Amino acid sequence: MTATVEERSAPPANIGGAAMIDRAEGWRRRAPLLPALVFTIIVTQIPFILTLFYSLQSWNLVRPGSQEFVWFSNYVDVFTDSQFRQVALNTVVMTLGSVLIAVVLGLLLALLLNRQFVGRGVVRTLLITPFLITPVAAALLWRTVLLDPTLGLVNFVLSPFGASGTEWISQFPLASVMAALVWQWTPFMMLLLLAGLQSQPSDQLEAARVDGASAWSVFRELTLPHLRRFIELGVVLGTIYLVNTFDTVYMMTQGGPGVASANLPFYIYQRAFLGFDIGQSAAMGVVVVIITLIAASFALRLLFRSFSGEEELT
Amino acid sequence: MAVTTDTPTDERASTTDEGQSPRKQRRSAANVWFGVIAWVVGIAFFFPVFWMVLTSFKTEADAYTPTPKLFFQPTLEQYEGVFSSGLGPYIANSVAATVLSTLFVLLLGVPAAFALSLRPVKKTSDVLFFFISTKMLPVVAAIVPIYVVVNQIGMLDNIWTLVILYTGMNLPIAVWMMRSFFLEVPGELLEQASIDGAPLWRTLREIVLPIISPGIFATALICVIFAWNEFFFAVNLTAANAGTVPVFLVGFITSEGLYWAQLSAAATIAALPVVLAGWVAQNKLVQGLSFGAVK
Repeated sequence: MTATVEERSAPPANIGGAAMIDRAEGWRRRAPLLPALVFTIIVTQIPFILTLFYSLQSWNLVRPGSQEFVWFSNYVDVFTDSQFRQVALNTVVMTLGSVLIAVVLGLLLALLLNRQFVGRGVVRTLLITPFLITPVAAALLWRTVLLDPTLGLVNFVLSPFGASGTEWISQFPLASVMAALVWQWTPFMMLLLLAGLQSQPSDQLEAARVDGASAWSVFRELTLPHLRRFIELGVVLGTIYLVNTFDTVYMMTQGGPGVASANLPFYIYQRAFLGFDIGQSAAMGVVVVIITLIAASFALRLLFRSFSGEEELT
Repeated sequence: MAVTTDTPTDERASTTDEGQSPRKQRRSAANVWFGVIAWVVGIAFFFPVFWMVLTSFKTEADAYTPTPKLFFQPTLEQYEGVFSSGLGPYIANSVAATVLSTLFVLLLGVPAAFALSLRPVKKTSDVLFFFISTKMLPVVAAIVPIYVVVNQIGMLDNIWTLVILYTGMNLPIAVWMMRSFFLEVPGELLEQASIDGAPLWRTLREIVLPIISPGIFATALICVIFAWNEFFFAVNLTAANAGTVPVFLVGFITSEGLYWAQLSAAATIAALPVVLAGWVAQNKLVQGLSFGAVK
């Protein structure tokens, strides 16, 4: 990545260019970038610095004047809070579970859609629709029309198998939320992996087939290694988006019963907007940022590698 | 897995002797079956959406039957009900927040993407790294100070608060995406133009813009999808004045299990613009969501 960018930015055979001209040229190049850069820094970075600052304070909004500097006591509270640990675990299960299931289902669907058949475009359009539905609307739909114990479609479909009357949302809250998330994110994984399948050189596949390789060995030895980059990308992107899941939890279960289906975004929201505890929710926010930064460092490496990989190909 | 079922190894081997056509026939026969499976799965995935739209045309009595009703007398009363319970202003807010933030994203993002691609600044990769890293920070960690600041400057329940936040939310994605479109512009075209002595802005308007305008359109559609669907900021920072459509839908979780048909009508209205935008942009969807990493 870095190498390719440097190449492009190098002035084309500029022999003995004066420093003054270079500097003016530098600013001319920078000018179109600055508004976007400054705006992004203000809108996205200042809140995080403030979060860091608030996290060191004891501050409850319902007690005016209660703001005072308390060093790390909020962090001590966060780590001794057993609910927080439960919620952190829920977050990991919800995020990774949904992402992995969506990737596997998405791979199967992508393999199907990579074939020629009548109405392939229509099927693809049908399949991506769950991903486009406003998450709040989708969650409402799951909570009522689909998963309602007496009148829901899921229990109606399952009633021949003796599952009628199952109270999905209260008996399996985390799984219910995950079902809605998988339904929404499988299409994304499918699109991503389909793009991967279609970027596979067809002459390579044809050659393997002429050599008499079985479909399974072609898949395992050519397609899967080729898809690896796309699968990794799917896992990483899915994790980045799904770790922030809030809408689905809020609309389907409100984190309940207890904190059985609460994830970190919802729990922090509860602390801040129902408990008005600014200091503690800020401290939790900082903890989430640290966890996310660790995950994101993998993500960034992967994204940059994807780019450099692609630029090598062209 | 699915690939193995149609053509076991021995069949493949035997057909190679007989030449191309039987194998191709076999493969197309298999494709018919895969087509059938794909259609079934596609319909299954789409069915909840279909059911939502269907339910929105039912009366509440038709929506609550132990055996779900497929055939019924369609009615528009739910849509009337939704609008008479005050959906209109929420739609206006959603449209304002979505359109304005997307415009700002393009105004800020197109020049920035240009400065990171065709005429790159020094440290381009550092800047790109910064933009993408902002998408990896969880919004939930920023909501507390945002709420406190917005409250202090009296901007709670104000549509401009959402416009600014949505612009910040979408700008990094848009910059990355549009940069990948700019990089597709052939370098020779620009060189030729600069040799001919054409000023830069004319080069941009007459050569670059026509090439990348489909890309800009796709980027705008993706920004529209994200802004329209956004809920976290909207529910925490707005109320009756500046509430968006997702905030309106929250009202239905309190009216426990009573208004399914009306709920479906509201959900259909909420989802419709984005579903249409997404259908149009479906080829570019992955490119946007993967920050341009996958074409």
